[in-house]
Amino acid sequence: MSDIVVSIRQLNKSFGDNHVLRGINLEVQRGEVVCIIGPSGSGKSTLLRCVNLLETPTSGQVIFLGDDLTDHDCDIDSARTKIGMVFQSFNLFPHMTALENICVAQRKVLKRSAEESEAKARALLARVGLGEKADSYPGQLSGGQQQRVAIARALAMDPTVMLFDEATSALDPELVGDVLRVMKSLAEEGMTMLVVTHEMGFASNAATRVVFMDGGVIVEEGPPSQVISAPQEERTRAFLSSVLNH
Amino acid sequence: MAISKRKRAQYTRYGVYVVTSVVLIAMVFFVDWNKLQDAMFRWELVKDQFPGILTTAARNTLIFTILGFAGGLILGLLLALMRLSKARAYRYFAATYIEVFRGIPLVVTLLILGFGIPIAFKWSWPNPYLRGAVPLALVAGAYMAETIRAGIEAVPKGQMEAARSLGMSYSRAMATIVIPQALRIIVPPLTNELVLLIKDTSLISILGVTEGTIDLARYGRNGVFDTANSTPLIVAGLVYMIMTIPLTQLVAYMERRAKAAGK
Repeated sequence: MSDIVVSIRQLNKSFGDNHVLRGINLEVQRGEVVCIIGPSGSGKSTLLRCVNLLETPTSGQVIFLGDDLTDHDCDIDSARTKIGMVFQSFNLFPHMTALENICVAQRKVLKRSAEESEAKARALLARVGLGEKADSYPGQLSGGQQQRVAIARALAMDPTVMLFDEATSALDPELVGDVLRVMKSLAEEGMTMLVVTHEMGFASNAATRVVFMDGGVIVEEGPPSQVISAPQEERTRAFLSSVLNH
Repeated sequence: MAISKRKRAQYTRYGVYVVTSVVLIAMVFFVDWNKLQDAMFRWELVKDQFPGILTTAARNTLIFTILGFAGGLILGLLLALMRLSKARAYRYFAATYIEVFRGIPLVVTLLILGFGIPIAFKWSWPNPYLRGAVPLALVAGAYMAETIRAGIEAVPKGQMEAARSLGMSYSRAMATIVIPQALRIIVPPLTNELVLLIKDTSLISILGVTEGTIDLARYGRNGVFDTANSTPLIVAGLVYMIMTIPLTQLVAYMERRAKAAGK
């Protein structure tokens, strides 16, 4: 098996007349942490949502571990078990406890036993620092805690790649750090990650590659030392100066 | 001279109080209360209604209600899912069904299904309860479908997306994630529909009743024919209220609690 986990080829996405993604090509190798940055409306979240087909691409291909997910014969549900996703608004299931949130897909999709999925869930909760909160409902948790439960929920499926869609944007500033720490430790353990973020600090420290998007195209990509510290493109410079000067 | 809005509202209120008091006082003096009680609330006739009004009539009303509600709920859920389906044929079918059965009075549906269809197909209903409850469920399903659809649409889109992102199929995500949340949202409106349904069962007797399948309203009406007095109908009305008021209070309680919970 090749070491390319996700390969996006000539991807286009339009919402009506709004051409959001314009011919995106991107490859993610195993173990890479790719941070996608760019101004709002640049199409970075749409790109991420195309990777697990929450948005259906208008044209182009998304190849995941050799399978073309845009092919109608492709079993997208089974592919999605290997693609973990963390949302800006957490999207925990409010009628279930933290533990049940992490167990439900293990039980119903992977058909794991109750004992196995619960053991897994408890281990993951401990790992994200929430071992005490197994029986709490999402409504009883802070935003940062909810997001960490959501990360545990995605990890419980043993994904090959994790997608983070502005995972810290909805959090109060003092809660951002806890979530970033969990993401950082995941990155250090070699998880393949595709991260849409506004956190330049995280992108500088954790990313193996930074992709700058604007207007539905990839303007510039490379290691953080290049894209963030010494951007080549005028648009990248303009964006970074507006973000970093705040 | 202009008077302030508040003053005007105050005067209007005084006016309403005065008129209401005058009407009430007039009623006390001019209505012949003995005659009224004699015609509508005679104790010995009240006692005569029992136990039959509970053991037969109320029981049958409950049977019709439960069958109608359970059938309507299942049908309503199916129709709601069809209305939300990607398949245009399902959407159109459900929309048409809902318009048709909400547009026709229940009495007409009862008559068509209770008399029309059996005559047309030389067929007869296997069970008198079904003959009344099936048309009731078909109409209730149309109303409940819209309630359930609204409930499903009130569940944030991110819930479906999170479930799908974990590899659940659309139907599994609906069944385990979206519908349980939607049901919580729609319990109050569904309970209101149950209250309407309890009262709508009184129309079933238009199909004719036997001794065994008589419902509350018909029981009261037969009592009126037997006694030449309105007391049995009043008693039947009270029994309906004993069934419906706890439910409306339950809805009020749930809505207060939902408001207190801040959502």
